Amino acid sequence: MNKMPRTRWTEFAIESLIRVIGFSTVGFVILIFLFLLREGVPAFVQIDLGNLFGTRWYPTFGLFGTLPLILGSALITITAIVIALPLGVATAVFIREVAPNWAREVLKPMIEVLAGIPSVVLGFFGMTLVAPIVRETFGAPTGLVAFTGALILAYMSLPTIISVAEDALDAVPKAYRDAGLAMGATHWQTIWRVVVPAARSGIVTAVMLGMGRAIGETMAVMMVTGNAARLPLGLDALFRPVRTMTATIAAEMGEVAHGSVHYHALFAIGIILFLITFAINLAAASTMFRKRRRGGLR
Amino acid sequence: MRVAMRNRFLVQRLGFALLTLAALVVVLPILAVVITIFARGAAAINWEFLTAMPRDGMRAGGIFPAIVGTIVLTLGTAIVAIPLGVGGAIYLSEYARDTWLTRSIRLAIVNLAGIPSVVYGLFGLGLFVLLLGFGTSIVAGSLTLAIMTLPIIISTAEEALRAVPTEFRTVSASLGGTRWQGIRYIVLPQALPGIITGIILGLLRAAGETAPILFTVAAFYLPRLPRSPLDQTMALPYHLYVVSTQVPGMPPKIQFGTALVLLGLVLSLNIGATMIRSYFRRRRQW
Repeated sequence: MNKMPRTRWTEFAIESLIRVIGFSTVGFVILIFLFLLREGVPAFVQIDLGNLFGTRWYPTFGLFGTLPLILGSALITITAIVIALPLGVATAVFIREVAPNWAREVLKPMIEVLAGIPSVVLGFFGMTLVAPIVRETFGAPTGLVAFTGALILAYMSLPTIISVAEDALDAVPKAYRDAGLAMGATHWQTIWRVVVPAARSGIVTAVMLGMGRAIGETMAVMMVTGNAARLPLGLDALFRPVRTMTATIAAEMGEVAHGSVHYHALFAIGIILFLITFAINLAAASTMFRKRRRGGLR
Repeated sequence: MRVAMRNRFLVQRLGFALLTLAALVVVLPILAVVITIFARGAAAINWEFLTAMPRDGMRAGGIFPAIVGTIVLTLGTAIVAIPLGVGGAIYLSEYARDTWLTRSIRLAIVNLAGIPSVVYGLFGLGLFVLLLGFGTSIVAGSLTLAIMTLPIIISTAEEALRAVPTEFRTVSASLGGTRWQGIRYIVLPQALPGIITGIILGLLRAAGETAPILFTVAAFYLPRLPRSPLDQTMALPYHLYVVSTQVPGMPPKIQFGTALVLLGLVLSLNIGATMIRSYFRRRRQW
């Protein structure tokens, strides 16, 4: 009789503790955003908006134009996705639909290895071995250009794109495939006209998550893109040095005085990054949740 | 009719060839990265490189303090991230009902996973380094890395817990066990291999990250071991960044050697996690 209440008390304590831990994740997201606001909002007050969204980023001269950085990030992210989307979806289709078992057994761990390689290692590889190839192939004066960054980013987003696209293909009911084949379509026609279109929404999610990954990537990009804060406009922008939002924060935060205008401006870039990735992930998550509520395609 | 037939299969062969090509284009560069770094880094690896302090502006000597720093940071991350991550996973899989609160937790996890690593660095700088006054220290760096690894640990651990059949919980309850007893003695042990895999995957991500430790803990050059949790430390990923971009006249041997040690550490953890997972998947009886 004496033991019962104690068990119930322990039970209650543990359950509350686990509940608190469960909710802490929400707390962390809010905390992160609040901190970015706390340190970044002064920038919007101290720097007038024309300057902050201007075209020149020269903090030593009080010029905090973030436009070149935003466009720099956009340029290499979009280029990376243009490279990674066809490669990633084709590889996912290959793994799910075409590959013999042995090839699948080789490919999947290899892609996991790629996902595990630290970005600084890929950046190092990019600057020592990929950049010279880019320089020679395209005749650019230096290999540390936007295109090299996009190439590395494409490979960094591939594991995400492939695994999410694979799940999407996996969720297409077998009956669809059987129906396609029964209609006399070839295996290829079934894949191309039935299975891939049915997995469309999942593939869109894959691309969004890959994009979120690419836009937030820091070290590899900082090491291979040359870091010139100039507007990436013009046809040759891909083969000129470029600088991203992430690289700017990483390169300059170590040297600024805490509390200075420059310091707040870097946090302001952090706010912009947070909002962009938040929007991308919200969109990706909402398509995932919608599917779950419908009970998937099955 | 026959020509159309043949055409269709020609198209199919072409299509499959393209898919195979895509897979090769994906895989070959991965092999190139791993093989080059192992081949060119191997020459630098010797006892001195692994156990000595850097000398001569890091252009000679070893990388011992960076190795120790990374191990210490990873352990620090583990201390914080494991209880929070596993606790969060238990909540989501065993306690949470499908309410808007639970959905907001899931949304928070997706978003935590998507926040750029450098933004974690900013957050760590603002909260742990400056506001809480830990300074650039192992504590600040570990806490920052721990929050970053949470989503990975929670989602893999939750998956492992969910894979344990409901009957196990029902049987425990039917024997008079409380919900927590069922979790503690039945569900957790069954899900343990999956949880450990998730923990390793999360920690190896932490071990390889540079951006979150840039302003929270990493020391450019500190040829001694950290003395307290409030000390700065060198770390392998940051050291690789430093030797490959910040110091002129750096011998490539040191760069590739550092890259190899970091890659080797991360890959062996990765392979370890995969092996644990497949070993227990084969052995489990449900």
